[in-house]
Amino acid sequence: MKHQEDAELSALVKAKATRYEAPHALREKISAAMSHAEQPPKDHGTTSWLGWQQWMGMGVAFACGVMLSAVVVIFYSMSGQQERLAGQVIDGHVRSLMVAHLSDVISTDQHTVKPWFSGKLDYAPPVKDLAKEGFALVGGRLDYMDERPVAALVYQHKLHTINVYVWPVRDKSLSAEGTVSQHGFNVTFWQQEKMQYWAVSDLNGADLKRFAELLRKLPA
Amino acid sequence: MNKQAQQFEKVALPHLSAAYNLARWLVRDEHVAQDMVQEAYIRALKYFAAFKGGEIRPWLLGIVRNTCYTWLQGNRHAEDSYEFDEDRDSGAYAAVFGGTDNNPEAMLLSKQENSRVNFAISSLPPVFREVLVLRELEGMSYEEIAAVAGIPAGTVMSRLARARIMLRAELNCPIIKEGEI
Repeated sequence: MKHQEDAELSALVKAKATRYEAPHALREKISAAMSHAEQPPKDHGTTSWLGWQQWMGMGVAFACGVMLSAVVVIFYSMSGQQERLAGQVIDGHVRSLMVAHLSDVISTDQHTVKPWFSGKLDYAPPVKDLAKEGFALVGGRLDYMDERPVAALVYQHKLHTINVYVWPVRDKSLSAEGTVSQHGFNVTFWQQEKMQYWAVSDLNGADLKRFAELLRKLPA
Repeated sequence: MNKQAQQFEKVALPHLSAAYNLARWLVRDEHVAQDMVQEAYIRALKYFAAFKGGEIRPWLLGIVRNTCYTWLQGNRHAEDSYEFDEDRDSGAYAAVFGGTDNNPEAMLLSKQENSRVNFAISSLPPVFREVLVLRELEGMSYEEIAAVAGIPAGTVMSRLARARIMLRAELNCPIIKEGEI
């Protein structure tokens, strides 16, 4: 009896209590604070003008510089177009969580979500449910990306929300897939059957990749 | 950015919402909560060198929690003078999965339900509020909550049971505000 009451109360809290999302501004503030982080304090006990620790420090700094430039090179090897889209996708994701407007159609049934889009878009986005794999479809909504209305499908994994934007491929010259990570958000994008998919979440990169692979494999 | 800060950002930023949610529930003010989280992250970066692997989330949330408690101790008036605030407690900020469709009446009912539950949790003492929030909203295990709050897992369980009794009592006696019919 008590167990059941606890379960009911627990369900009520889960459904009705607000889980506050960190504001975007806070995320940026913290990112900025991290990038101005001081170097860890050095041991000043050594008498030589430039102790081995400082040399080590310089070595590490140099290695970091090399790594950082590798990251920059990888990042910039993405076309400007894709970089712009990744930014749009992250902004869309954050906005959807901020304004309590995650879903226009709330349903865990793909046969409810898919027809909802007809008449609202000039294409039919493939809607798949991955509830069995731990990524439950929770709804869909219209959004605006790449200068056109697009379908946004909303999935949930544990307490993380994943937005998947789907729209037809326009520029075939763009590379078909990749991943981006910005401000703690991970983005994975790919193309499949003339559609491009952009999945974005605060979920860790490995889980998001697993989600993307599952979604790709599942027949529409 | 040095290597350590880079590494820290990579592992800590994904837990920003969990950190903010905990702070927001503990200090019950969005601006103070933001300050708390920022302070906690800067502190956590300082101690990051001493962090010996394991789960980062309980460790990080523990720092957030301690930062919030320090603030609460210095601002006891904030704890005493907590009253219902329509904007703050209505859940209008982030009632993402309210279970509503586009029916305005259902939306209003759901909002009222949101504010009722939010307010009831907010009026619990912080030590009960935090276990409830970590358990129900962050889905953490007893062991993880124990690590955040620095208490044994058994205490987490008894606090959670007590929190549920208190919450049930709160929910069963709805608050009547002045001017409300």
